[in-house]
Amino acid sequence: MESRAHLFKPQAREALQNTDLQQALTRVQEGFVGKRKVLVDQFPDFEGLRDRGQAIKDHTLAHLDVYLEQFEAKVREAGGHVHWAETQQEAQEIIVDICRQENARMVTKGKTMAGEEVQLNEALDAAGLETVETDLGEYIIQLAKEPPSHIIAPAIHKTRQQITELFNEHHHHGTLKEKLREVPDLVDEARGILRDKFLNADVGITGANCLVAETGSMFLVTNEGNGDLTHSLPRVHVAIAGIEKLVPNLDDASTILRLLARSATGQEMTAYTTMVTGPARAEDTDGPEAFHIVLIDNGRTRMLEGRFREMLRCIRCGACMNHCPVYSAIGGHAYGWVYPGPMGSVLTPMIVGLDKTRDLPNACTLNGRCQSVCPVRIPLPDLLRDLREEQHDQGLTPKTTRYGLNIWAWFARRPRLYGLAARVGIGLLGRLGRRRGRFRKLPLAGAWTAGRDFPAPQKTTFQAAWQQRKKEKSA
Amino acid sequence: MTETTQSRGTVALFATCLVDLFRPSVGFASAQLLEQAGYTVDVPEAQTCCGQPAYNNGDHQHATTIAKQVITAFRGYDYIVVPSGSCGGTITSHYPDLLRDDPQWAEAARELAGRTWELTRFLVEVAQMELTGLQHSGVITYHDSCSGLREMGIRDQPRALLGAVEGLELREMADTDVCCGFGGTFCVKYPEISERLVSNKVDNIEATGADTVLAGDLGCLFNIAGRLKRLDKPVRAYHVAEVLAGTAGRDAAIGEGEN
Repeated sequence: MESRAHLFKPQAREALQNTDLQQALTRVQEGFVGKRKVLVDQFPDFEGLRDRGQAIKDHTLAHLDVYLEQFEAKVREAGGHVHWAETQQEAQEIIVDICRQENARMVTKGKTMAGEEVQLNEALDAAGLETVETDLGEYIIQLAKEPPSHIIAPAIHKTRQQITELFNEHHHHGTLKEKLREVPDLVDEARGILRDKFLNADVGITGANCLVAETGSMFLVTNEGNGDLTHSLPRVHVAIAGIEKLVPNLDDASTILRLLARSATGQEMTAYTTMVTGPARAEDTDGPEAFHIVLIDNGRTRMLEGRFREMLRCIRCGACMNHCPVYSAIGGHAYGWVYPGPMGSVLTPMIVGLDKTRDLPNACTLNGRCQSVCPVRIPLPDLLRDLREEQHDQGLTPKTTRYGLNIWAWFARRPRLYGLAARVGIGLLGRLGRRRGRFRKLPLAGAWTAGRDFPAPQKTTFQAAWQQRKKEKSA
Repeated sequence: MTETTQSRGTVALFATCLVDLFRPSVGFASAQLLEQAGYTVDVPEAQTCCGQPAYNNGDHQHATTIAKQVITAFRGYDYIVVPSGSCGGTITSHYPDLLRDDPQWAEAARELAGRTWELTRFLVEVAQMELTGLQHSGVITYHDSCSGLREMGIRDQPRALLGAVEGLELREMADTDVCCGFGGTFCVKYPEISERLVSNKVDNIEATGADTVLAGDLGCLFNIAGRLKRLDKPVRAYHVAEVLAGTAGRDAAIGEGEN
């Protein structure tokens, strides 16, 4: 999707006023946060597991060249094809070409955020292919023609009523009278429609949760089994993944998967965990005839070199957004691109560009809750602050912020003058507000007083009062 | 404390700019507690702000200048105590980071960080203070300020100190560790989002039935009190030091008038 991150403020405002969205967002809190906590508390040493996850990722990133070459060789050995895509355009071209060579008409897709990142659906549509999303959430938003609003639960922003209406329109031509259908009923209907697509697809495209250098394998985790039907039923399986998904060996993969399921959905293991190594072998009873993996860079090697390397540890669990108070208030669409919440506020500026995403690093209270749950300990608040520094150095911060900071710093660096100005200003404000104890409005404080009173100061500054006390004591 | 007792050391109080400007009673309450615990308290005159507004807005140049100013002003004291996890965290976590590549200042920044404590943690862990004879009747709830909680490890210390206050019942709110929406300049840059977060906080506070909300950071408290007052809620807001020093009854709550 094209980035709409530059419209963050109006999008956030709209989201706050959208009652359907607000109702839907309560599920993030009730579902993900609570379930994760139960499992993390049960695990004997989750902090130790996080340490291992971080160490595995740091090691792999430090030796990424070695492991990527190893992975490529192993995939080839298993009869698969490896493609390298440096940009979004290259990724699109590679996958469209594969579909053309296979004379494909219909493509099924498992949920892939890397695919969203390179606008794969748009490219497949433009090439005249029928593309069907098979993850229920992705299927719902495909019908609604909307981007995902969460990296794990793409349709988390939709209410059951909205889904009832959507299915009525697309599956029943608006003939159903029911306003609100039960979840199993909706799921059964989608399953029936998707079954037909699975059986008729020529190419199945999936993401990959983890790539293993030692064996040339990829892991795919889903809770609906749609990933397995997408990769195993069509003639051709195409997987797309960022280069940072790599780990050295199967033990490492198991650590990552344990972290992923617990952090993402509060499960010990996802319902379906599949390891794919190349296409079907002669002795296999099923599986695709051909296997392709498209490894995308799209800005990642640039991150590898600089201060944002730590962001490449991300295993896409979504725990940071589930625990983010800002995400919980505005949902994913307000962020304007495929990756929302804290991880997205770091990644989007890195991939889309800092000048087009000015709000993202700033729309964060730096409360640190995301970092405290990140399974690979990414210091998200520090990275967001680093992006703010880059914005500042590139002159991308708003003039009001800049002037405000300059005036404040001018005083803060001159303690005597600061003290004098503070005494005068506070004395006045204190007298004005003494009786009520607060202001409903104050000049230059409109942003504060729109939703809050401004507490009035006490009579004088602490410094002035303390000096006074000292004088009285020594007298 | 009586002047004849030997001092356990000299504490420099870093009052924070918010306490200095808006609520000196928190500074006096902090000083009183430290003196009760046997320390001599000084308030260096050269302090203004810790520099966090510049630091969090990516202006490292100003943040660095102010960090050096604070390091200089607080040289030589046994301890630096801050009635704020947020400003305290700036000194302990971010000064060493800011000055890490400055050969002249890196060590001084680390050294200052090593002497700096958040007030409640200092009282519990260094002073090992045991409060006696304190009374405060009512039900309170405690908001965990994010920086205090996650940068300085403040959670149990204020609760332990409050446990010694007779007549006080502590009722935990839901999501006590979730941000109130203050976030420094965030609250004025994104006022609508901030308002939603503080509204959630106020809902959780109200649901406890507490008559008073306490916290260890004036930024959060101003935000929470400002919203409480805007909604005409009767819940009062105080800094935890004010209850511990026994001055909460004497001074009007945050955002409340003299009458």
